[in-house]
Amino acid sequence: MGEFKVHRVRFFDYMPSGIRALAFNGDTERMAVARMDGSVEIFHCSDRFFQEKIIPGREQCGIEGLSWVGERLFSAGLNGGITEYDLTNQKVKYTIDAYKIPWYTFLILCFYHLNLDRQKSRIVSLSWHTSGSKIAAGMMDMIQIFNVETGHSIHRMLADRGVGTSRSKECVVWSVVYLSDGTIVSGDSVGMVKLWDDQTGTLIKSHNVTKCDVLALSVSQNEDSLVAGTSEGTVVQFQFVSMVLGKDDKEWVRTRTFKNHTHDIRAVAEITTAVVSGGMDAQLVVKPLLDKIEVRSAASALRKIHFPHRRLVFCARNSGLMLFQYPGHLELWRLGESEGKGIPGSSLFVKRNPEKLLHLKVKGEDHIRCSAVSPCGEWIVYSTASSLRLYRLHCDNNNVSITKISKLPKVLSSANQLCFSSDSSHLFSASTQSSVHIVSLSQSGCKFVGTLKPKSGSHQAIHLLAASEDGEWLASANSDHEVHIYNLQTRKAHCTVPVYSSAVTAMGIHPTTNCLFMMYADQQMCEYSIEQKQYTDWSRTVQRKGLHRLWMERDTPCLNVMFNPQNPSHVILHDTYMLCIIDQSLPLPDDKTQFYNQLTLKSLTEDQRKSHSHAFKVCKTFKDILCVELISDQSLVVVERPLEDVATQLPAPIKQKKFAT
Amino acid sequence: MATLYEGYTLCGVGPVQNSSNIGILGVEQGGDIDHVLVTDTSRSITVYKVSDQKPTGSWSVKQGQIISCPAVFNTQSQEYVVVTDDRVVRVWKEDDVNLEKAFKATVSADVLKVLSATDSEPVVLFCCGAVRFLDSLLASPQQPMEDVLTEDEIIRWSTIVKAEHQLVILFSTEQRGEHCLYVQRFNPNTLVKHRFETEPGLSAPISFSATCRGSNIHLLYLYLNGSVYESVLPFRSSSTGAEGVQALSRSLCLSLPLGEEKLMSGAAVVLDEAHVAVVGFPHPSAGACKDYLCIWNTHFQTLQASKEMAGRIYSQLWCYSGKLYVPHGKMLSVIPFDCQKSSLAAAMGKQKQTSQSGKDFSNIKSALTVDQLIQHIKTSAVEDVQAEVGEFIRRTPQADLQLAAGRVALELVSRSQTDANFYPQCAFLLLLETRYLCYSVCPELLSLAMVKKDFHLCQIAFQIFSDIPEAVTCACLKTILSTPDLEMETVNLDMDSVIFMKELTQAHSRSDEEGGQLNGFCHPALESDVSDTPSNKLQRDPFALDMSCPVGLHKGALLNEVLQTAYSDRSLLPHLKDLTVPQVIVFLQYLRFLYLKYSHDAHKQIRALRTPSISQIIDWVCLLLDAHFTVLAVAPEAKRLVFDLHKFVRSQVKLYAELGKIEGSLQVLKSSKQSEDFGMYAIQVIELF
Repeated sequence: MGEFKVHRVRFFDYMPSGIRALAFNGDTERMAVARMDGSVEIFHCSDRFFQEKIIPGREQCGIEGLSWVGERLFSAGLNGGITEYDLTNQKVKYTIDAYKIPWYTFLILCFYHLNLDRQKSRIVSLSWHTSGSKIAAGMMDMIQIFNVETGHSIHRMLADRGVGTSRSKECVVWSVVYLSDGTIVSGDSVGMVKLWDDQTGTLIKSHNVTKCDVLALSVSQNEDSLVAGTSEGTVVQFQFVSMVLGKDDKEWVRTRTFKNHTHDIRAVAEITTAVVSGGMDAQLVVKPLLDKIEVRSAASALRKIHFPHRRLVFCARNSGLMLFQYPGHLELWRLGESEGKGIPGSSLFVKRNPEKLLHLKVKGEDHIRCSAVSPCGEWIVYSTASSLRLYRLHCDNNNVSITKISKLPKVLSSANQLCFSSDSSHLFSASTQSSVHIVSLSQSGCKFVGTLKPKSGSHQAIHLLAASEDGEWLASANSDHEVHIYNLQTRKAHCTVPVYSSAVTAMGIHPTTNCLFMMYADQQMCEYSIEQKQYTDWSRTVQRKGLHRLWMERDTPCLNVMFNPQNPSHVILHDTYMLCIIDQSLPLPDDKTQFYNQLTLKSLTEDQRKSHSHAFKVCKTFKDILCVELISDQSLVVVERPLEDVATQLPAPIKQKKFAT
Repeated sequence: MATLYEGYTLCGVGPVQNSSNIGILGVEQGGDIDHVLVTDTSRSITVYKVSDQKPTGSWSVKQGQIISCPAVFNTQSQEYVVVTDDRVVRVWKEDDVNLEKAFKATVSADVLKVLSATDSEPVVLFCCGAVRFLDSLLASPQQPMEDVLTEDEIIRWSTIVKAEHQLVILFSTEQRGEHCLYVQRFNPNTLVKHRFETEPGLSAPISFSATCRGSNIHLLYLYLNGSVYESVLPFRSSSTGAEGVQALSRSLCLSLPLGEEKLMSGAAVVLDEAHVAVVGFPHPSAGACKDYLCIWNTHFQTLQASKEMAGRIYSQLWCYSGKLYVPHGKMLSVIPFDCQKSSLAAAMGKQKQTSQSGKDFSNIKSALTVDQLIQHIKTSAVEDVQAEVGEFIRRTPQADLQLAAGRVALELVSRSQTDANFYPQCAFLLLLETRYLCYSVCPELLSLAMVKKDFHLCQIAFQIFSDIPEAVTCACLKTILSTPDLEMETVNLDMDSVIFMKELTQAHSRSDEEGGQLNGFCHPALESDVSDTPSNKLQRDPFALDMSCPVGLHKGALLNEVLQTAYSDRSLLPHLKDLTVPQVIVFLQYLRFLYLKYSHDAHKQIRALRTPSISQIIDWVCLLLDAHFTVLAVAPEAKRLVFDLHKFVRSQVKLYAELGKIEGSLQVLKSSKQSEDFGMYAIQVIELF
């Protein structure tokens, strides 16, 4: 079908940040994840764990705890600050410096001015009783129960130190959970999970879970299951079950152990059907509890989320430039050049190595929310929560210089998403209330042109923008799954794509047919004709026949949709593990067809291939893909971030003695 | 059968400097099979791309310097190595322009030759007999060399043999008329000295050629009297050099015919285990002119192919990757050749049997000489002849019997043909049992047996003869098929083959019975696509297929022998057309029966010495269908048969198609083991299908 020259790039040093806290909202099925760099992400648990929203962090902003109150999300930081988030516009709403003392919190339900007895010891963890009248606090070597109204300590329960040499070390109660029946569960640095009675202040049961620390505890909503995360990377589950069948005499019993992490687990949460854990190895692991799953499906598979579901790499198609978005800076690289030709599977001689042209540090403390480079490579733009900056790039042979465009129109104060028109003459900036501002770019600077507003619908922030090749159309997708299409000539809303139950993860407008091709988090795909305002025949065929089982079972979303100008029937997609070219002229595979058939086709003759070919041409040569882009010389840029490389840059995990070592 | 193809000139060679050797010092294998390295005495070394007949690189030494030995290519380091002025080792790469600027090292003793084998470090052989690996020599060039040979012992020839990653250096020396062979092995280093046997009238060996086969080195050497001897040396020696000089055991494998003229030189090179190329010896039927390149079969002592070489032939001959390099006149010619595995029938072809006189069969030391026996055969009664032949076979030494058996058989056959009452079956069987007969020796024997309907003899002959011409095979097949089963069953046949047939047919009935007992259990369909066929007709349980043997046991046993004969498709096909339609159908039915049996693994439980293989069965089915395609297509009685065969073919094709699909995946599994690490950036080419 075709050969492609591929620039295989592995020098994007993207490091995912460690996970610090998790909070699950059972009503909305959303999981909030706080990372070490202060960013907060919202995952939609029932939509294949799609990362719906990202609120970027900022320097020196450590989050220690995260909590939902209804649909409001709060976090508490090391500096004692409490922050509420604006989830619609994906930014920090406000921060209150509640106490000027460092306060380690685990769970916040609401705020009281507590005047607890003066504590000599540091409070490491806290948990409220559902009644709101009592608080359990994990401290050094002990757990205290306070009466909220009086502020007095009701009970002091001493946690045992370890035996032997660790006897001299304090026992840190890293985590406490106050159950509604009055049981207090604690996890400590000695590796014990202990159950206490708050009435008598006595130990009910103690489980030795690990030789290291028990760092995190979480109880399920109906309080019949408890998970503990350890610094070895294991998650241990306890269940509240009756010891004798049919009797009501229930006890907490250690049931399962999972090991899916290499480093400390800093946060665990039990959701409806799975245990979610995160820690220093920066991956979010969703381990389904198979006893709670009725049908085996893609949803019942172990899921590890390593990379954000947003693009961090942007290519200037026409000039061979790549923009890498790091939290605190941008890097601009020029691709290398090859010499000669090679057979498929071979590497070409690299005549010129890739070159780093620019290292652009962000002004201020906020991390970058979005960025873009224009197709011509002349413009670079980025936005943080508080500011937006536009730069013009001058490249004369080896001299690279940039000028910041000053006097930006006021509407460009901040953006949720940024996108250039294909001729680089306009910048589209997604703003509040799902609106998009248009700015024209010229030598002299930039000028506000107008604002595109949806006719109706939600005000959720836009996370995807796609402009058509001919400059006629712009499509925007927001986190309420709405896709609006605007006519750029009239600057009016043209139509809205029927809302689908799953989030749009990537979209693109076909350069010749002007059809909008959308990929959804549940791995469905749709092609919508903008001019006819309806799904195309091909799209309807796909919906009718259904996609292949193996396609649906992939567990990472497609993050880019591209088109091959030389072959209009080709749509190029990628997820973290594969690159796929959909040839719309070929028959769709049914479930009996061999789906991953590239190896088979390779071994067949030209004639036989025709009868075995189907529309999905999946290339599995690459893995840990962050970005694939087709640039104007028909070559592909594949940016990989091998997980092994990420692992080598993580801090060393706790040393464990293995047998015979 | 060996063939010499049209040759071409690789290069011209310089002026003749002395009488025996022309301007070429040596031809060595280059970097790949298409490149050779030609070193000439006029100071230059040239690399040729053989298929293009073009030089791809050339280097020469300065005036006054002399190239001492042929340059070699070190495949490990991709470098060329040559020695100049006896002591200067020069090493250079393909893209070095000037030899003077290349690396050189002066060593402490005179180098005889640099020997290089593919994928191993070259070895330097010094005139004193010392041996060093090139890398260790270059690491300290001035290291002292021990004297292995005595002072007046001169190395005449040397070579390197490589097998199983083991190198062996062979060199022969001459010292005051005594010739010795040294075998130098490495790891551990051992040097073993052998003495060449000398006989009066046999001077020194003039040409050597060593090859490695199995775990032995086969050294072939040629004497001026035309004798080619072979000595077999073990690759790994258990003995050490301390045991003293051993005489080299040898066997004569070829006697080249000599012409009138006294020969001065010649060369021989081994092509494969049965063929040797010779230059400098006269063609047996072309008179005195000795400018011939000949390929001889050493098994059958026959001339296989020859080519006249224009101009003088020198005693030089090299062979690399299917091509012979022969300097003659003022050029170096490349002559591609091909040696196929020979049967005697093929081997007999080229030589005019002029010298097949009693001279060859002279040394018969038995009570009755072969000549006497032949005289007796001409006149005696059958019983007497049979007794005498038995006696003769018992008393004659094996080596002589080999030569005599054919003559005796010929004589017996010719008497039988003329005298209708004379048919010494026992004598024939005895002669066959000696295994010294083959079809070519006595072509009439098989047809005689057919005429006499002696199927037992036929069967034995089929088992023993490997060179039955296809025409004869077909004639026998025709006879077998046309003989009624009743008549056939009375014939006494080889028990083993009959038992095989018995078991095969019984295996069928047994499995049928079991099938019946299984409580209404119906075998799953043999093929998955039964549902494809129209349901109203032709839908038969595959087990209801005709699984009974269409021919009698004895006929089946004989047909099995036919299936196992050697043949070539193209020669067999025209003769197969002689079969009549009923014969073809019966034979095909029988083949289908065998195929069915085989696909049910019935034959695996049967212990028999000789059974046709499934591929032999399928090949015969194909041949028969090819030969009688149109007839079978129209014959109504063949319809069902052809339909069944078609089904088998379809299932086979399906199977292989599925296997083919796996192939790619397996290949990737294999290559994925060597997964590449390209660092941070690479530009690669991918292909999507």
